Amino acid sequence: MSEPLLSVKNLSVDFHTARGTVHAVKNVSWSISRGETLAILGESGSGKSVSANAVMNLLDIPPAEIVSGEIIYEGKDLLKVDYETHRALNGKKIAMIFQDPLGHLNPVYTVGWQIVEMMTAHGRPADMARARALELIKRVGIPEPEKAMGKYPHQFSGGQRQRLMIAMALMLKPDILIADEPTTALDVTIQAEVLALLKELQAETGMALVLITHDLGVVAEIADRVVVMNKGEIVEAGLTREVYHNPKHAYTRKLIDAAPGKGEIKLLDPAAPLLLDAKKLNKTYGSFAALKDVSLTLARGQSLAVVGESGSGKSTLARTLLRLEEADSGEALWKGRDLITMGRSELLGVRRQIQMVFQDPTQSLNPRMSVYQLIAEGWDIHKLMPDKSKRRAKVIELLEQVGLSAEHVDRYPHQFSGGQRQRIAIARALALEPELIICDEAVSALDVSIQAQVIALLDDLRQRLGISFLFIAHDLGVVRDFADTVIVMKSGEIVERGPTAQIFEAPQHPYTQRLLAANLDPDPDVQAERRASLTHG
Amino acid sequence: MADLSIAKPAPETARGPNLFSMLWRDKLAFVAAVVLLLIVLFALFGPSLLGDLATKQNLRGRNFPPFSFERGWEFFLGGDSLGRPMLARMIVAAHSTILIAAGTVLSAMVVGAGLGLVAGYMGKTTSQVIMRLADVIMSFPSLLIAVVVLYVLGPSIPNMILVLAITRIPIYLRTTRAEVLEVRERMFVQAATVMGASHARIILRHILPVVAPTLVTIATLDFAFVMLAESSLSFLGIGVQPPDITWGLMVAQGRPYLNTAWWLAFWPGLMIVITALSLNLLSNWMRVALDPAQRWRLETRKTKNV
Repeated sequence: MSEPLLSVKNLSVDFHTARGTVHAVKNVSWSISRGETLAILGESGSGKSVSANAVMNLLDIPPAEIVSGEIIYEGKDLLKVDYETHRALNGKKIAMIFQDPLGHLNPVYTVGWQIVEMMTAHGRPADMARARALELIKRVGIPEPEKAMGKYPHQFSGGQRQRLMIAMALMLKPDILIADEPTTALDVTIQAEVLALLKELQAETGMALVLITHDLGVVAEIADRVVVMNKGEIVEAGLTREVYHNPKHAYTRKLIDAAPGKGEIKLLDPAAPLLLDAKKLNKTYGSFAALKDVSLTLARGQSLAVVGESGSGKSTLARTLLRLEEADSGEALWKGRDLITMGRSELLGVRRQIQMVFQDPTQSLNPRMSVYQLIAEGWDIHKLMPDKSKRRAKVIELLEQVGLSAEHVDRYPHQFSGGQRQRIAIARALALEPELIICDEAVSALDVSIQAQVIALLDDLRQRLGISFLFIAHDLGVVRDFADTVIVMKSGEIVERGPTAQIFEAPQHPYTQRLLAANLDPDPDVQAERRASLTHG
Repeated sequence: MADLSIAKPAPETARGPNLFSMLWRDKLAFVAAVVLLLIVLFALFGPSLLGDLATKQNLRGRNFPPFSFERGWEFFLGGDSLGRPMLARMIVAAHSTILIAAGTVLSAMVVGAGLGLVAGYMGKTTSQVIMRLADVIMSFPSLLIAVVVLYVLGPSIPNMILVLAITRIPIYLRTTRAEVLEVRERMFVQAATVMGASHARIILRHILPVVAPTLVTIATLDFAFVMLAESSLSFLGIGVQPPDITWGLMVAQGRPYLNTAWWLAFWPGLMIVITALSLNLLSNWMRVALDPAQRWRLETRKTKNV
């Protein structure tokens, strides 16, 4: 093997925080050659971004401190070169794209200006930069490139913005492109397109691609080699296929096992009584129709999944059923009573029976309330458990039910990890002994291994307590594991519905088929097969 | 990055001693609290103990210079233009000053925040009515309202509080409304709605605690402003009436003598600065102490890296 293009050797970085020193990465080494794709795989807090940030000189020092190690590029140690030398390399030789393209594009300049600036900042003439920008915008597949140059970032969709970021990164023909979770914020079909684009561009330019991700599917799709990180250390490294098929480290095995979409498909109990019967719900925002004649039924103990990409109206559906938004027309019968036209006092009673778990527990838990206050609040509202001395014991019982313990009662949300916070949110929902829990992307903000735990918890609750679930998700793997019935939504309409097995094994509607095809399998071989069938078929 | 779940279990058995130890931890805030306590004690007991001393004229002690015990301890900070002891007058003046400033700031804050919460939370029409009302108040020169109202109602401390409070209400109202508009869109407010929480509960339990730190900060800044605004009213003769006295009035009265007897305006000015500063330090501490996510700063021993 030839000399690697970039190599990180024994890098250790500490973060000095007020709570003490955190060893963010410990003795991390990896290298990458021209034309190669290396994936750095890890969950949040594993330190997967730290080494890439060190390469780009993006670490804030202090609080960060590089304790040891070197980063060799073209024979120079990037940790020792001065600021100006580094700046000349950044963007020109080593470029980076980020998870959130909207956050990294300046909203007050046109995208054309920003892309051109990338080149003029490195001392190239403006007309040459403009020509190159136009060529690249065309290349990354933005329609009407001339016009697109004069538009502002908010005028593009998320996928297009990520394409523009890629165009910007490629302006100076970098040797290395570092992509930090480039597709995490995107819908599956768009994720597949962006990954395909990255691959094509890599084949054309021969650049090296470092991909930082938490998603095994993305790794399987694109990476030649993978480095698995856990708690700041590299636990395993090797060729993608080998790591997937013969994981040596226990953590890698755990990660692969946690990947959703492998369990038994559940069947619906046909005898269960009907709980919710929504008919022809409509909701428009101005001239935009968010819901078009949406009907659904939900039986006791059933778990109904609503899948769709962003903007498909799946969240609006949940919000309408909960009366957070008023529907324009239609009815939703909850045990025979219409939720949509129900009066305030009656609605209060129903609010106890229908609970919701939100996507981001960091935001859905009031940061100024302790766990006890959060969970007990529902009892105050509905005047339950009047004997306050018993409440504490009940809160502890609920916490234990969701896998937390008594010592957590008096803590505040910020003292927990993301997964634990979501458990608190679930405990809060359970406190009112609901009959239906609506989960709006309840696991999509969580790491895979935690995602698997939360799904298992929800499933356990469904079986033990007979709670029904309306499960809104974009991740098909999770849906396959959890739901017994699936509804597929697109632009406010239900395009397909049926038992989970039918949707996954014999999808009828072309949109469902597309969604399933775009969903990445964690197995590299399966992905390779799919790619082959797509190009030939 | 850090595993926050390992945060030490905070023993929160009793709230009182805990607050005190948190105050002790922040030495500056502790000093500020002691100073404020002292000023409040002056305000409460000053007039009854030193009232006579502060009004007794002594023309031989006119503009008596400070830092000498020649005429007794009460003249240590000098004498004013009528020969009254500055020290005694300042202690007595604390009463009216604090009464007016605290009364004004508190009533402006309560009314302003209350209206702001309603304006931010309720529908468009209510909000529009309240906001235009605030605009009317703001478009009037505040001193003009004060002059007119006080001329009609007659100068007295309650009337001054009323007038000053009205002119300060829009500041609290606008800030509160702006914050409420943002906070009410947060997820945890929606989560409370879904649980069935009433409007009052959402406003008081979920929105107000988030808005409160901002309001307290504005209130402490406003405290100094009100002390000076009151002095300009008194200067015009429609504020506090002699023999009542406030720090602001003392500053105003001492201004003509700045060249010859600087202490006439300096000492009361210093008191205003000290009070405002102490309030700021204390409100800063309070902001941290009341925020669960920040509170640890006052609970653990600080490490060298902070």
